[in-house]
Amino acid sequence: MLEYFFRRVVTLFFTLVFASIIIFVSLEIIPGDPASYMLGINAQEDTVIALKKELGLDKPKFERYLIWVKGMLIGDFGVSYTYRSPVIEMVGERLWVSLPLAIYALLLSTIIALPVGIFAAANRGKILDFSIMGFTQIGIAIPNFWFAMLLVYLFAIILRWFSAGGFAGWEDGIILGLKSLTLPAIALALPQASILARVMRSSLIDILSEDFMKTARAKGLSFKKALISHGIRNALIPVLTIIGLQFSFLMAGAIIIENVFFLPGLGRLIFQSIAQRDIIVVESVIMLLVFSVVLVTFIVDIAYVIVDPRLRSSIL
Amino acid sequence: MNLIKVNNLNLSIHEKEILKGLSFEGKAGEILGIIGESGSGKSMTANSIIKLLPFGSSVTGEIILQNKNLLETSEEEMCTIRGRDIGFIFQEPMTALNPLKTIGEQVSEVIRIHKKINKFDALNSAATILDRVGLPQTDFPSTRYPFELSGGQRQRVVIAMAIAIKPKLIIADEPSTALDVTTQAKLIKLLKKLVIEDNICLIMITHDLSVIAEMADKIIIMRNGEIVERGKINILKNGLKNDYSKNLLKASNYKSKNLNKKISNQTLLKVDNISRHYSDNSFRFFGEKKVFKAVKNVSFSINYNENVGLVGESGCGKSTITRAILGLDPIINGKIILEGDEIKASNVSKNIRKKLQVVFQDPYGSFNPRHNVLKLISEPLYLEQSQISDYEKLNIVKELLERVGLNAEDHKKFIHEFSGGQRQRIAIARSLILKPKLIILDEAVSALDVSIRAQILDLLVELSESYGLSYLFISHDLSLVKSITSRVLVMKSGQIVESGNTKDIFNSPSHAYTKSLIASSPNLESSLRRLT
Repeated sequence: MLEYFFRRVVTLFFTLVFASIIIFVSLEIIPGDPASYMLGINAQEDTVIALKKELGLDKPKFERYLIWVKGMLIGDFGVSYTYRSPVIEMVGERLWVSLPLAIYALLLSTIIALPVGIFAAANRGKILDFSIMGFTQIGIAIPNFWFAMLLVYLFAIILRWFSAGGFAGWEDGIILGLKSLTLPAIALALPQASILARVMRSSLIDILSEDFMKTARAKGLSFKKALISHGIRNALIPVLTIIGLQFSFLMAGAIIIENVFFLPGLGRLIFQSIAQRDIIVVESVIMLLVFSVVLVTFIVDIAYVIVDPRLRSSIL
Repeated sequence: MNLIKVNNLNLSIHEKEILKGLSFEGKAGEILGIIGESGSGKSMTANSIIKLLPFGSSVTGEIILQNKNLLETSEEEMCTIRGRDIGFIFQEPMTALNPLKTIGEQVSEVIRIHKKINKFDALNSAATILDRVGLPQTDFPSTRYPFELSGGQRQRVVIAMAIAIKPKLIIADEPSTALDVTTQAKLIKLLKKLVIEDNICLIMITHDLSVIAEMADKIIIMRNGEIVERGKINILKNGLKNDYSKNLLKASNYKSKNLNKKISNQTLLKVDNISRHYSDNSFRFFGEKKVFKAVKNVSFSINYNENVGLVGESGCGKSTITRAILGLDPIINGKIILEGDEIKASNVSKNIRKKLQVVFQDPYGSFNPRHNVLKLISEPLYLEQSQISDYEKLNIVKELLERVGLNAEDHKKFIHEFSGGQRQRIAIARSLILKPKLIILDEAVSALDVSIRAQILDLLVELSESYGLSYLFISHDLSLVKSITSRVLVMKSGQIVESGNTKDIFNSPSHAYTKSLIASSPNLESSLRRLT
């Protein structure tokens, strides 16, 4: 077990190193020089050089890479070229929106999807199953920004239960903060829940035809009890994989939804920074996202081992 | 007093008649054998009794268990009857247990469903029951997971669940079919012991007459959903009336026509000191790689016109040898030589492929379902040097189809239109088309019903005589090898432990393992002799 854990950690480390190189190199290739962008087209040659020096852009590329990585290791992500404030502060603020939003959406999608998938599998082939599958098909097909706009129209404009956008912040209480994240979270969760419900359903249907389910019935368990105590945990293994992938997507893929709801999240930060050639911010945020993806994969790997004793023994 | 009485049981699934007017009964302390080939409805009979039937089933008649008609019992009440009054043992021990729960949890669950008992006490009684079926806590603690046990041990866990709260009726659906012969012998002994000790009525469902002859008191023989023969076990000896059951008995006791061919003294295939190890390929920081030695320094040879048997239980390395000879899997040392050419996994020449063919256990899985029989059989012809016209191909295939006992016009059909036995005939036709020197028969008849199996064995004997073929006949079943080979190799844990003339080995085995294999393989003849 310890070795498995250790091996996962090493994999995690190398993935991060590899990702940091890719990110650094690809942003170097992008045309556009931050210094000249900041100073505008009429800037003097020597001012640009001076600014470059100030920003540390005159140093050799390899050295800049090392400085960047070294900084991240000690928690110093550098200073934004445009806003002249530490990247860590900017990211920190945004993270307090994006992370809760991702978790909120993931919880919503899991809480809705698993029971729906289980219910559909248990009623396989009946009208209920068909209607659920139909709805999830729609859920996957609808673009989520459009769904977001529908939500705003219904709940913010007609019913006036939620505000149409913006973020209330956490200072005035968790409830208020959560309230302003609710519509975006629903919009994000819908397609995810649809996918997850379908995965849960097909995975459980596979399990239901397994011999051990018949054994469970022959022991005297009712269909429902057999489903709960023998079916679900077995069906959960492929579902875990999808949940892991979805979290990564929710962290990084919320750019459009953040824009629809005017949320000051990471997605919008990246978007703005790219437009302003604020490379140091882009690099750091992407690195952070990569880190979260890798971390979630790591957690999913560990979760497999907890769920499945066969894996536990093969790694001992 | 009958414990269970089935009266005029009819079952249809989606309007299709599966069981027709079955009636039989069983007493406590009695073993009732239900015998039938695939499709006879024997498993559906078992499923009807516990009322776990597929969607769209409709049942009529009476199933009376301890004065209660199960067919009129609600599903809710059935849940209290299953497990408590009826125990069930399944065919596939590898998949009958939940992989994520320990064996203790799974056995104790039966107790907790039917009795008010706390988890700890239930686990304790589970341990006692596991001990009773031959899984003592010292060697098999109840915290083990199913994947940590072998097939035979898992089947013991399934039996433990079935007997956990001493039901009066136990239904066993082919409980030993998927197991090796030595394991099977032990399980049969265990079941017989439990029947006597707990005064159980055991309904034993099987296709294997030799298994039933060793244990049953009464038998029913089924065909196409009907009972064609019934009576005390000794009717097997000289009381069978129905033609089908007579044929079944004859096929089970099958002896192929005696091999009558002159074995050449020239070597066709030489397997010289080969080994194959498998290691897990994962990268490790600590410790050495685990290496599994599947085949260890195995040598043997096959002469022209000779049939050699290779016998061993699952996991002994038989399949690894097949793969090595076919050049599908590299060997780590040694040589395999066919007519002077070395077979190397990296590069198997067309010339070698032409001389060497294989027939696998599962004929269906080895055919592309989208090709017609003409294409399936003629496919190996691409190995021929010269181009063969379509007309010629068709004629060759037609001739072969007739040669293996099928209709020449079957070449237009697709594989799903054939039965298991017919598919195996097609597989044999495909292996013959290049006129090979050696055919490897890898459990080629193991999955077939006995009556079909007898026919295929006859065909194989006949073909080997008329084409001058050599066979490497691989099987876990000694009795099959006996009839078709002149020499046999016995394999255990990757090594050949004994080899020699087939008759000599059967009459006087010298290695302890061979002895136990012969002793435990169910022998219909000797069982019948014991019957009065």
